Amino acid sequence: MLLKRHSSEKLFLPRTKQVLNIERRFFMGKALSLGALSMLTGCNVADDSQAQGVLDAMSRWNDKVQLAIFGTTTQLAPTYTEADIKDPFPFNAYYGEDEVRIVKEEGYKLELAGLIDKKDSWTLQNLRALPQQSQITRHICVEGWSAIGKWGGVNFADFLHMIGADTKAKYVAFKCADDYHTSIDMATALHPQTTLALTFRDQPLPPKYGFPMKLRIPTKLGFKNPKHIMSIEVTNDYPGGYWEDQGYNWFSGT
Amino acid sequence: MKKDLVHPLYVRLFHWLNAAAIVMMVMSGWKIYNASPIFEGIAFPEALTLGDWLGGALQWHFAAMWLFVVNLIVYLVTGIATGHFREKMFPVSPVAVINDVGQALRGKLAHDSHDYNAVQRVFYIGVIGAMLMTLISGLVVWKSAQFQLLSWIVGSYDTARIVHFAGMTLICAFIVVHLALVAIVPSTFIPMITGWAKPFPKKEKNHVA
Repeated sequence: MLLKRHSSEKLFLPRTKQVLNIERRFFMGKALSLGALSMLTGCNVADDSQAQGVLDAMSRWNDKVQLAIFGTTTQLAPTYTEADIKDPFPFNAYYGEDEVRIVKEEGYKLELAGLIDKKDSWTLQNLRALPQQSQITRHICVEGWSAIGKWGGVNFADFLHMIGADTKAKYVAFKCADDYHTSIDMATALHPQTTLALTFRDQPLPPKYGFPMKLRIPTKLGFKNPKHIMSIEVTNDYPGGYWEDQGYNWFSGT
Repeated sequence: MKKDLVHPLYVRLFHWLNAAAIVMMVMSGWKIYNASPIFEGIAFPEALTLGDWLGGALQWHFAAMWLFVVNLIVYLVTGIATGHFREKMFPVSPVAVINDVGQALRGKLAHDSHDYNAVQRVFYIGVIGAMLMTLISGLVVWKSAQFQLLSWIVGSYDTARIVHFAGMTLICAFIVVHLALVAIVPSTFIPMITGWAKPFPKKEKNHVA
């Protein structure tokens, strides 16, 4: 559980630019002892920012490649049967299960911002009144493990159209009650399986799986599926994300 | 003394770029594996991994991936187009393999850069196969929703992880034997840098073709 361990080490640090730089240096330290790398690139192995620059550039290149691969197909993620559902479905976040945020339904409203015509906020009741879809798909964690689950809720593309979102915009960004944030490309936002999930296994989403709602994206890694969503913004300015800002690949498609 | 060009430039370039790519892929892959081991109790020593945390290891893995794949494709296309593979790797007859394994076990098998013995041929073809197996299963692990035909060939996502691990294991096993043989027959090392080797004293083929 490296994803989690790393976060607990740094959870108490204010994430200033300096701290991030220190992390960066730390992250490169051991890597650059490799003689093979100097042989490969001919660059000065002591200059870690140079190697990090190459890695960052490659990650951005991989974003583009993944978007291109994604954009050329209308491929649906594989679906499974009820019998395949993992029970209990694993909990995962940047914090431990004892720190799960409890969001109360009373007073909850989903806020909308950015390039959206109708920015009225949404109660859960109003969202439940919309047509619902469900899917049994595989959740794949960036750590490598995977688990099959069942999520139900509102087709996200329909929702974006309904609220008059500018679907020509590049990004959809999410802010969450657990101080998590992430963002996705518009192509994925409009994918037919991308769901504003209100249920897990036909029951209201329990807090540990992201009550009041989670964006379920079976074509992306788990950390791109934000839980406890409080606000959605459509934007052309790259919003980044909690893990993405620390070096995880932004697109992270499956 | 007249020397023979045993490894053309593209083979040498491929060899060393591939060596660097494999080192980066394997070491960063071990770090990624450690984040969520497939096999209970099997983890790799952190000192042998690349990238200081999972995010860094993933960056290395998916950057080195391009070097590995592009280099491998150029090599395979050139090797097939120039007839280099047909000439140096084939044929591989089971009789020759059995014969050469027997000779190798008695310490009598010639191991050189001019004319690969049947055991060398099996190893080189085998490691190319292991690299392709690791590549294809890796594409499935990376993009199981996008590459569904490959997914269907390899099996499920979980199967693909195991195949990817098995391919890595085969590559590492090859590297161990390969380095051991270079140590035993050091005259094969220089030609992989310069391309040139002294003419092999016994010009006749040393295996049954």
